[in-house]
Amino acid sequence: MPLLEVNNLEVCFGLRSGAVKALRDVSFTLERGERLGVVGESGAGKSVLGFSIINLLSRPGQISSGSVHFEGNDLASLAPGELRSIRGNRISMIFQDPMMTLNPVLTIGVQMVECLLAHRKISKADAKRISLKKLQQVQIPSPEKRLDQYPHELSGGMRQRIVIAIGLLLDPDIIIADEPTTALDVTIQAEIMDLMLNLCEQNNVALILITHDLGVVSQVTQRMLVMYAGRIIEQGPTKEVINDAQHPYTQGLMNALPQMAIPGQKLNQIKGTMPPLQRIPKGCSFNPRCEYVMDVCKQKLPSFTESGNCQVACHMVAESKQDKLLVKEV
Amino acid sequence: MAEQNNSLVQVRDLYKRFSISGDLLDQLQFKGGKLTRHQEYVHAINGVSLDVKKGEALCVVGESGCGKSTVARTVMGLLTPTAGQISYRGERIDNLSDKQMLPYRKKMQMIFQNPYASLNPRMTIMETLKEPIRFHNPSMASAEVNDIIAEVMLSVGVDPSWGERYSHEFSGGQRQRISIARALAVDPEFIVADEPISALDVSIQAQVLNLMMDAQEQRNLTYLFITHDLSVVEHFGTRVAVMYLGTLCELAPTKQLFSSPRHPYTQALMSAIPRLEDDRPDYIKLSGEVPTPVNLPSGCVFHGRCPHANERCKQEIPVLTLLDDGTQVACHGVEENRL
Repeated sequence: MPLLEVNNLEVCFGLRSGAVKALRDVSFTLERGERLGVVGESGAGKSVLGFSIINLLSRPGQISSGSVHFEGNDLASLAPGELRSIRGNRISMIFQDPMMTLNPVLTIGVQMVECLLAHRKISKADAKRISLKKLQQVQIPSPEKRLDQYPHELSGGMRQRIVIAIGLLLDPDIIIADEPTTALDVTIQAEIMDLMLNLCEQNNVALILITHDLGVVSQVTQRMLVMYAGRIIEQGPTKEVINDAQHPYTQGLMNALPQMAIPGQKLNQIKGTMPPLQRIPKGCSFNPRCEYVMDVCKQKLPSFTESGNCQVACHMVAESKQDKLLVKEV
Repeated sequence: MAEQNNSLVQVRDLYKRFSISGDLLDQLQFKGGKLTRHQEYVHAINGVSLDVKKGEALCVVGESGCGKSTVARTVMGLLTPTAGQISYRGERIDNLSDKQMLPYRKKMQMIFQNPYASLNPRMTIMETLKEPIRFHNPSMASAEVNDIIAEVMLSVGVDPSWGERYSHEFSGGQRQRISIARALAVDPEFIVADEPISALDVSIQAQVLNLMMDAQEQRNLTYLFITHDLSVVEHFGTRVAVMYLGTLCELAPTKQLFSSPRHPYTQALMSAIPRLEDDRPDYIKLSGEVPTPVNLPSGCVFHGRCPHANERCKQEIPVLTLLDDGTQVACHGVEENRL
């Protein structure tokens, strides 16, 4: 049984102009210790997905249907009290901007101890000892000193290390990291990603890494989901998706990377932009931008086709598979 | 002289520091019964010299806080340098009055990072584009102005019939196109682009980069392109300048910099780019963090994090020296042939 199983998740935002579906029909699983990447452009719904797993959506957003199974509990329908024992404890979250997630008026030590005491019946001294151990694990120089410091006294990279230490504080089973290195510089990003990778491997923690950086995903994760306009359009082992993308959008995304083009030549661009969620076109939501668009794409929503170890929601891929099958039969 | 060596913009020994000690009253302190004035500065640029050659795209890369945006703004005349010279086509421009600067402003335009902040929300696109043309050509006939606007809008792929809309009606990519159109409207020769694609998604980044390359080809533009994204540099840049803590570490033709980076910082920076190809490359780990530009380290600014630093690096500031292969590097190790 997988550690986390998300089934047909749908998230709605009730706006004055009508309900907007930020996530539609999202299903995936996560095994213990697995690292899963979620990629997509801004507005694709990847952060909403991260939030809705531990039901952190705030009004007007809500899970309108579907389920999130974690160890036999459906997190989507759990009472707030029960959810609290899982949130932060078994599933923790790391956000993009460490300055926004750390409380500026409390010292690092107070914030760490608070988090431990909220979930465990231990003494303050023990909590402090655990905090110190976690700070050592994230390789912060002079960790004893850090406990008495305020967030503003630390650099961006150091703050993100603290946030990771807090995320690991209660030895969770899953860490959801929402763009954990986007606010950081490349050299710091490389260090932090390396650190997260090692910590997840050592502690057998599953990681859901939400990012728009395909390079980071390819280095850290084992499996990945590609999202477009609130849906998963392709999922599979990271290496296969990166090296042999099936969906025209994933292909376009890869080809648009500067390292995929010959220096000095034009980049391969995807025309147009992602539609706003209120105006998602009929049929496949990518059809107005797709260069292989067919009539069926404008009419019918594509379902998932198995292709190798990947699942792709594309009529073209489905047809080419069918053709191959027909050829075999003949 | 500038015409001879083919450079459009010359920056010589540029220094820029910002005071962070507030006004006079904040600076006064009592020490040992005496009233003293105490001032602190952020040393944003410390002796940068570079030439932007005609028709090239010179990329300036570095991590946040290294002074790359300050270089861009100082070159544009948006900030006054603390010391040093900036020349445009051999004429010194850093000490000109606003009025004297006017003809140069028409030749030099800027594109900013965040198209959500750089377009006036209360002006229509038409007004936004009309303003610079009218300002620089007060006597131009309305019909001609409108023609130019329609032409630049078409050239950046924005439908001229959208002119009456406001900027909030456009997506990020479209807004950045409009900012580019605004820069192109006065027919400049030189464009400073400060992280023009950092706020955009990957697929949109490609569109905007292509647009900038097209414009360069058609209008014979020269770019000073500020970015932290090395993969963009590899694609777009003719030459690359790598900055660290307000100083220039390395300046080299793009191909050369990517095939054989010389400065230890450039090497570390290159190895840190997440790549698609191999799953976990060994990156060069830098110890510590970037020091604050308030109290600059002595000697080479990079010595505290450099794995090859020795006594000389801690004492003496390295100068940018030209190597045989055309790379300019400021590093004692390279100079002494030990790197």
